[in-house]
Amino acid sequence: MHQLMVQAATESASPLVPNWWEVLVTAIGFAILLFIAVKFVVPAFEKTFAARAEAIEGGIAKAEKAQAEASAALEEYKQQLVDARTEANRIREEARAEGAQILAELKERAAVEAARITEQAHVQIEAERQHALVSLRTEVGSMATTLAGRIVGESLDDDARASRVVDRFLADLEAQNAGAAK
Amino acid sequence: MTPLTLPAADNSSTFTPPGLESLHLPAILPWGADEGFTKQMLLVLLSVFFIAWFFIAASRKQQLVPGKLQFLGEQLYGFVRNSIGKDVIGGRDFMAFVPLLFALFFFLLLNNIYGAIPLFQLPTMSHVGGAYFLAGLVYVIWIGVGLKRFGIRYLKLAVVPSGVPWFIMPIVVPIEIISNFIVRPMTHSLRLFATMLAGHLVVALAGSGIAFLIAQENVLVKGISVLVLVFAIAMYMLEALIMVLQAYVFTLLTAIYIQGAVAADAH
Repeated sequence: MHQLMVQAATESASPLVPNWWEVLVTAIGFAILLFIAVKFVVPAFEKTFAARAEAIEGGIAKAEKAQAEASAALEEYKQQLVDARTEANRIREEARAEGAQILAELKERAAVEAARITEQAHVQIEAERQHALVSLRTEVGSMATTLAGRIVGESLDDDARASRVVDRFLADLEAQNAGAAK
Repeated sequence: MTPLTLPAADNSSTFTPPGLESLHLPAILPWGADEGFTKQMLLVLLSVFFIAWFFIAASRKQQLVPGKLQFLGEQLYGFVRNSIGKDVIGGRDFMAFVPLLFALFFFLLLNNIYGAIPLFQLPTMSHVGGAYFLAGLVYVIWIGVGLKRFGIRYLKLAVVPSGVPWFIMPIVVPIEIISNFIVRPMTHSLRLFATMLAGHLVVALAGSGIAFLIAQENVLVKGISVLVLVFAIAMYMLEALIMVLQAYVFTLLTAIYIQGAVAADAH
């Protein structure tokens, strides 16, 4: 009985004819959902997406900046290395030149010193020779005079004459030496 | 006074298949009346509550590195935003329509999938009212978008295709008018409604068939119910797929209609 009633009711209504209350409730429900989507859900997700994109792009930019800084630093260090190497070379060159100069100076000084010492020695030798010559001359003169006096048997102590004789003898001797040397 | 008429409950020897009345349950408020607050209305309002609750929860604590819930929400939202909105409407204009597409897709998805969830077990779009409303809303929106963008010229752009020889125009233009402005909203709504209705009826038919066969005296006839059960499970799976697919198709078509209106001068 009930079944017949329901069947009669539904068969009379085509499934294509809507229940307008259901249309209204669907409309209200969907409007609420759309409002929530517009107001809360979409902005929240979009904000996150944007923030994430920015974070990633910012990270990339940061990495690029760091990369640039690193390569700049590398360039700088390379430059510094080259500079340092040049500097070291220059210093080494200078040191070598300086060393050579010092060596030359020392050699020169040593040569000068040697020359001076030699000169001094010459002078001294000359002086001593002169001294020896003078003392010899007097001693040889007096000895020769004494000897000659003994041989002759008389005193030749007449100084002025003896001295002249000795001098003349020695001068002859020197002249002979000089002639022999020639 | 509850005319809950599952035919198999009669336990009679003749099988009465479940008809459209299985979709039109008596009202909840007032209880059992022919008219009133129905299960369909309750399910629609529940769906709004569920969707809003899920997505607000998923988007409440927004972090750059998402948690599980936020990740799931982003994937679902991103699917509608990018795969339906951005890919179809195009990068320049799609953002304005993302909320509509988002709301449509998840509203339909949940309301369809109700049909596959025990106790809910009613795809709300198998009641034609909801499908009419949504298709009508989309119809108004895409025409509105076209008119706003191109003015009254849009009506000409929408029905006069470019590059067609003049002598074919008398045939092409009426066809375009009929297909775009008359048939389109009908197919848009009826596709959704009919698939949901048919799917629900097939599963209901299989269910009542099993109940009828089990109630029979003959053991062989009883045994056939196992075959029907296998068939019913397969149909249930297929219906679940169609429910998801129809939500996608409806939303995708919405995006395509809007794209056609946004870029009406491009073809």
